[in-house]
Amino acid sequence: MECQECKQNPATVHFAQVINGEKTEVHVCQQCAMEKGYVSQEDDAYSLHHLLSGLFNPKSDETHQQSHKTQETDLQCDKCGMTYQQFAKIGKFGCASCYHTFAEHLNPLFRKVHSGNTAHEGKVPKRVGSDIYQRKKLRDLKVTLQQAIAEEAFEDAAEIRDEIRSLEKDLNRYEERDES
Amino acid sequence: MSLEQFINEAISPWLKEDGPDSDIVMSSRVRLARNFEQSPFPLIADEEQMESILYFMEKEFNHHSYLQYKDLEFVKMAELKQVEKQVLVEKHLISPHLADKSKHGAALISKNEQVSIMVNEEDHIRAQLYFPGFQLEKALEQAFQLDDWLEEKVDYAFDEHRGYLTSCPTNVGTGLRASVMMHLPALAITRKINRMVPAINQLGLVVRGIYGEGSEALGNIFQISNQVTLGRSEEDIIDDLKGVVDKLIEHERHARNLLMEQSELELEDRVFRSYGILQHSRIIESKETAKCLSDVRLGIDLGFIHDIPKSILNELVVLTQPAFLQQYAKKMLTPNERDVFRASLIRERFTLEQKEEY
Repeated sequence: MECQECKQNPATVHFAQVINGEKTEVHVCQQCAMEKGYVSQEDDAYSLHHLLSGLFNPKSDETHQQSHKTQETDLQCDKCGMTYQQFAKIGKFGCASCYHTFAEHLNPLFRKVHSGNTAHEGKVPKRVGSDIYQRKKLRDLKVTLQQAIAEEAFEDAAEIRDEIRSLEKDLNRYEERDES
Repeated sequence: MSLEQFINEAISPWLKEDGPDSDIVMSSRVRLARNFEQSPFPLIADEEQMESILYFMEKEFNHHSYLQYKDLEFVKMAELKQVEKQVLVEKHLISPHLADKSKHGAALISKNEQVSIMVNEEDHIRAQLYFPGFQLEKALEQAFQLDDWLEEKVDYAFDEHRGYLTSCPTNVGTGLRASVMMHLPALAITRKINRMVPAINQLGLVVRGIYGEGSEALGNIFQISNQVTLGRSEEDIIDDLKGVVDKLIEHERHARNLLMEQSELELEDRVFRSYGILQHSRIIESKETAKCLSDVRLGIDLGFIHDIPKSILNELVVLTQPAFLQQYAKKMLTPNERDVFRASLIRERFTLEQKEEY
């Protein structure tokens, strides 16, 4: 396959994105990829931030962007000082708080980068996210309970139910402590 | 230092081991991106903030051990010479970004060089684990344990909705990048790989060569990795990648069989020509080296060549990189000198093998 930019070298950098079933592919050689900013030489191999910063380009979604324009330029992270405009330009967050500051603009971006996904599935830290971890465990246990009942494994179900109760008690205690 | 000694020190111990499907899969890697909750990401953090992260990581983890990964050594980028950093890059222990851009960067590297935890790269912490051959599940399992071990000390930036928070939106969620390095000569010779790459891309995976600077996948070595990190569990991400790699292995084996059936003599000729070039050339550039090494490795896998070990591809791919050559030469080399030195190192390496025969 030849590079779609220079039409000379073989294409070695390949990107594809599927957004709501609509697919766009980019096949270019390393040189063109660097020139066009799809990859950067010094960064890690997977960096797509140049491609990403293109996603903020108003051309892609003009009407939507215009109505938000003034609002967006006002946004600034009070923890690290990064503005929305800076974020859009470099395509990287300045700190953890930026995720909250720019929250309302992130879903479309995440959808494009992560095949339509916007919410985390998977590992939860045990200590920092202990209550989140417990809540996730609770959700998982409830699913297992339903399965056990459906399979008429009532002894297992009783055990799981007890586990759920004690977990719920723990979680309530956490929340009361947080409120006081 | 003798070449034998140099090689022993240059090649990461884990790379000398054999792994599952190692005739096609050279190595498996799992990387987790993590950040401290309270500090700005390295991209915009000031000196003091980055130094305090360095201080914390050194104090808590330097010379500690975790599982079989003994004695993590804390290596500060500021204390290394340029060529020393480059060697770590060529061994894939640190990224080019950490070597060139992170003045306040460091890495915790285990004695067997299987674990490397980069500090103050694009994220505060990038922990990576390598395994020989095709062992993604094991790599993930141990990466999770490493992650739990780090988390006992580090307050991670985590959000219930978004997951692990990273500097770049492409890593948010799991922070997981799993990748597999594959040697696919038969798919490349038969040009089947060109048709397979778009299909792999459609599944949300990325295919690239290992030699970033070149314009082709030199040496027929391809790196396959996941792109999506958000909205899928780590296990699902690994499963998807594993499924595709399984298929690629199957196709590569099939293509090798077909080549053997249809054009064995041409293939044998190609293998021994490349073997001859490696054994006898006096000037050789890295691109030709990569091509010849690929042919010779294929020749070993197909049974044409018996007198050299399989690991020679993994080994010489690393040893013939610019910084390694300069380290062995113990001086700076111009590109032309490098080509001469590379040829002589390869010749010596093969002579070493023949000596062992007797």
